[in-house]
Amino acid sequence: MADEIKITCLHDKHVALGALMSPFAGYDMPIQYNGIETEHNAVRKAVGVFDVSHMGEVRITGPQAEKFVNYIFTNDIAGAEVGKVFYGMMLYPDGGTVDDLLVYKMGENDLFLVINAANIDKDVAWINQQAANFDVKVDHQSDYYSQLAIQGPEAEKTMAAVLNIDCSDLTFYTHKEIEYDGETIIVSRTGYTGEDGFEVYASAAVIMKMWDMLMAAGVQPCGLGCRDTLRFEAGLPLYGDELTAEISPIVATLGMFCKLDKEGGFIGRDACAQQKAEGSAKKLVGLELKDKAIPRHGYEVLDGDKVVGYITTGYRSISCEKSLAFALVDRAVGALGNELSVRIRKKVFPATVVKKRFYQPNYKK
Amino acid sequence: MSKIIEGLYYSESHEYVRVEGEFGFIGITDHAQHELGNVVYVDMPEVDDEVTAGEEFGAVESTKAASDLICPVSGTVVEVNEALEDEPGLINKDAFENWIIKVELSDKGELDNLMDAAGYKAMIGE
Repeated sequence: MADEIKITCLHDKHVALGALMSPFAGYDMPIQYNGIETEHNAVRKAVGVFDVSHMGEVRITGPQAEKFVNYIFTNDIAGAEVGKVFYGMMLYPDGGTVDDLLVYKMGENDLFLVINAANIDKDVAWINQQAANFDVKVDHQSDYYSQLAIQGPEAEKTMAAVLNIDCSDLTFYTHKEIEYDGETIIVSRTGYTGEDGFEVYASAAVIMKMWDMLMAAGVQPCGLGCRDTLRFEAGLPLYGDELTAEISPIVATLGMFCKLDKEGGFIGRDACAQQKAEGSAKKLVGLELKDKAIPRHGYEVLDGDKVVGYITTGYRSISCEKSLAFALVDRAVGALGNELSVRIRKKVFPATVVKKRFYQPNYKK
Repeated sequence: MSKIIEGLYYSESHEYVRVEGEFGFIGITDHAQHELGNVVYVDMPEVDDEVTAGEEFGAVESTKAASDLICPVSGTVVEVNEALEDEPGLINKDAFENWIIKVELSDKGELDNLMDAAGYKAMIGE
C-alpha cells in the first residue's frame, strides 16, 4: 500500500542511535543523529555515512538497452566505456521533469538506473510505458538493493581502512563491481554533498554489516537534514523543489546535462531546444541575503512590489555562514547581480542574484 | 528532561511569560529549544509594536525549520533582546535567561489563561 510507511534495513540501528526519525518519500528516515551542523561539518571536514537505501534501482538489459536508455535520458551514454556513471534527467515530452537520476554503464546493453525514492512508482511505470517499443528487459530492483553514501575528504581512506575496499582506481563518476562477502556489489565515486565520496549498492545483509563497521570505527552517521544542506550549498537540485513536472532542466539551468544534438534525440528534447532558443519564462537562480533572516521554500521573491517568483530551497548556510536560497524567478529579473527581495513573514529583505554554486565542491576528478 | 521554572506562566505553544510588575518577559521554554535544535535566527518585532495574545509575533529558526512565536499575552513591546541578533544560540544555552521580548501588559487577566509550571510539566509529559 502506498500509504504504509516503509523502512530501510538500518531502521532499528538509527532508532538505537537516538536519531530523530521522520517520514520522507514514504520511508521512515533519520533526519539527524547529533545535529545537522555537526553532521554537515563532519562531511565537509572529515567523513560521514548516510543510509540512502530508500533510493530506487532499475536495471535495463536487452539488445536495445543502450538505445532505449539514451532515448528516455537527457545525457548521452552512447558508446560510453563500461564503468562510467552519468547524471541526467528523464523528461516528459513538454520538457517537464519525470525525475533526475544516475545511469551506471554496467556492460554493453546493461544499464543500472538510480532514481529518487519519492518517484519510484511513477518512474517505473514511465520506464515500462516507454519500453513497449524497444527490445529491452526492465527489472525493478529497489527491494533488493540497500545503499550507503560515504562522503567527505576522508572517504577514500575510510573505504580502505574500515571497509577494506580500495577505491584509488575510481575517478569521479565511475564505478566498479567487486566481490564482497560472497556477493557482487557496486561501488561508485559519486554523491550528493559537494565533497569527494562513494556510494555502495549491496544486499541488506552487506549494508548492515558495513554500517556496523563504520559505526565501530567512529564514522559520523549523517541524516537527511544535512544531506539537504550539503547538496544545497554545492548547487545541486532536489526533485520536488528545483526540478518538477513543471520545471525543465533548462529552467533549472541544468542544460549541460541535456545533450540536444545526440543521435536519436530524447523524450522532451524539442521542448528543451525551444526553451533554450527562445529563453524560458522562468529561471532558477541563487539569491544571497545580507540579513540573517532565512528564506524558505515557498516564500515570495519580489522585484520592487511585484512578485516575480518563489524560493525553492533556502538556508542559513552552515559552510558559507550566509542566508542563501535557490529561487525560481522570471527570466527578465534573473541576471547575476540583480537586486531583488524576499518576503519573510511580515518583512521584506533585500537579496542579490548570485551563482547557485554557493560552495565550491571538492571532487576528486 | 527539560528545565521548568516555578512562578512563570506557560502557553501550549511553548512560550513562557515571566511577570515583573506591569511587564512580561516572553521567551520559549527549555523544552522548546531542545526540540528545535540549534537556533540560528530569531525574528523579533520592533519596540512599540502591539502584540496580541494568540497571535504570531515572530519566529525562532533552526537550520531545519522556522517555528512561529505565538504571543501568550497582549501588550506593547518595550524592549527586544538585541543580544539574540548576534548570538541566537543563547536561547539554547539558557532559554529562560534569554527572553525574546519585554512587553507592557495590557490585560493581566490574560495570565489566567496560561498554565503554571505543574500544568506545563504535565502537558509535555515530564
